[in-house]
Amino acid sequence: MDRMTLLSPTGHLGFTPIETGSFYAGVARRPDALIADSGSCDIGPYPLGADVQHSPLDWQRHDLEVMLVESRRLGVPMIIGSAADTGSNRGVDLFVRLTEEIAARRALPPFRLAAVSAEVDRDDLLARLRHARVSGLAGRPDLTPDIVERTDHIVAMMGVEPILAALDGGADVIICGRSCDDAIYAALPLRAGFPRAQAFFAGKILECASLCAEPFMAKETVLGTVSAEGVEFEPMHPQQRCTPASVAGHTLYEREDAYGHALPGGALDLRECVYEQVDERRTRVRGARWIEHPVYTVKLEGAGKVGERAIAFVAIRDPMAIAELETVLGWARRKVWERHGTPEKGAYELFLHIYGRDGVMGEWEPRRDFRAHEVGVVVEAVAPTQEQAMDIAALAQRNVFFARFPGARGTAGVAALPFDEVLPARPGYTWTINHLLPLSDPLELFPIRYIDVGAPVPAGGKH
Amino acid sequence: MPRLVDLATTIRSKNAGVDHITFDVIFPDPSAYRRAVESGVLTRERLARLFNVAPEEVTHLVAVDSVGAIKFTLRRGRPSGSPGERDVFGSQQYPPLFDLEIP
Repeated sequence: MDRMTLLSPTGHLGFTPIETGSFYAGVARRPDALIADSGSCDIGPYPLGADVQHSPLDWQRHDLEVMLVESRRLGVPMIIGSAADTGSNRGVDLFVRLTEEIAARRALPPFRLAAVSAEVDRDDLLARLRHARVSGLAGRPDLTPDIVERTDHIVAMMGVEPILAALDGGADVIICGRSCDDAIYAALPLRAGFPRAQAFFAGKILECASLCAEPFMAKETVLGTVSAEGVEFEPMHPQQRCTPASVAGHTLYEREDAYGHALPGGALDLRECVYEQVDERRTRVRGARWIEHPVYTVKLEGAGKVGERAIAFVAIRDPMAIAELETVLGWARRKVWERHGTPEKGAYELFLHIYGRDGVMGEWEPRRDFRAHEVGVVVEAVAPTQEQAMDIAALAQRNVFFARFPGARGTAGVAALPFDEVLPARPGYTWTINHLLPLSDPLELFPIRYIDVGAPVPAGGKH
Repeated sequence: MPRLVDLATTIRSKNAGVDHITFDVIFPDPSAYRRAVESGVLTRERLARLFNVAPEEVTHLVAVDSVGAIKFTLRRGRPSGSPGERDVFGSQQYPPLFDLEIP
């Protein structure tokens, strides 16, 4: 085989339904594999911490179904990464169940399903901490037992090796727990003997599907063709083009560094990449290099609960109240302190997001020449109990309404409430763990189980 | 004097992991790119001042010749999506770059 084609229909399976027009156009090209990632830490720490899904079940089912049916019809592998938003065991189990249900309902011929889990047990991690240094990313301190204790759920981001093992085990369809986006694309070309740099570079670009093409359109399918020399990208939506600018621009996307792209076991070096327009809609990239790391590490993600949350909204139109905004907000904060103590003492947090001033950027907002004719205030309270969070949010909201400031003319309230209610919100979580764990074996955290779907007699999975 | 928004075709911000927001400014041609790079406007110190952060919070700043882009990354005050979050995807932190004047 001198070329291998990989079809990428979405950058986050289930987040919004796959656009099927360009997907079926891609299927008509008879790709060698259908691959999609289904998770991201972009959605915040809540889904992992609380271990719940973020995307609607119906959309996940839709996306799995269009991919599974075509994968089985073409007889090519299907690989799904970071199942059900977080890649926890819950996500893997859900996608396994959905896959089995779809296979039964669509009467698909038998196939071998591999489920690769990626959840990390807290006790296991605590044991590892006794003899391994787990270094913090982004300037975080090294991992300590105390941080692990404050964490509700932990996943490790698998590299390409567990996926290769599942392929060796005869899997036709692979559902992965938390996985490095690039690795789910790299596995098949690597296994077919293509250079590691090209395999991972294909993954780097394909993992967000149509975001590597122009004009901007999300969730459209892109076809990647890997060869020994490089990777070629072609969008399947007729109005999109992959240009050197769009593909090169995408190499920068959502990565902190421009040239180095750290992955389990090594890094991609993009410094020498050359981008060439092949024809109007295709671009070929050569020159990516793979740098092997002496120590194999995987990224750990962990989320822990901070407290219960409540939110409320209040809006100000009175220009005198807007001019005296700090006085108004100070009044509201003081009324909360009187009842709940200062935030330091009361172990609660109160956030007043001021839309019209710096609600989007907060301290990063450079514009301080604030001149709005109306201002929206989102009140967010976090406290040990939801009752207390609701109480704090209500106090802050109503005391913006009842704020006192010199010269006020509006004596029946200086703010508007679109609804006089406080809304219970999801609990607050934070990313407690963003660390690198060294492994002696790239497979050790990622057990694989096999399920022969549609087999007349259960063949018994092997481990 | 042209502003950055007049020279660049892409100006965006986005999460890079849970602790960073990264900014990409992509130019349509080498001359616009060189002009921005050589202007000295997009330096660590000036960017830190613009976003009201300490210079060491600008964790990466690089001119990417092969793309014709300037990329920099800021460390978040809190991890993404924690209580008090203003922009969970980090997708609306770029607008202050628009008005930078590029001599």
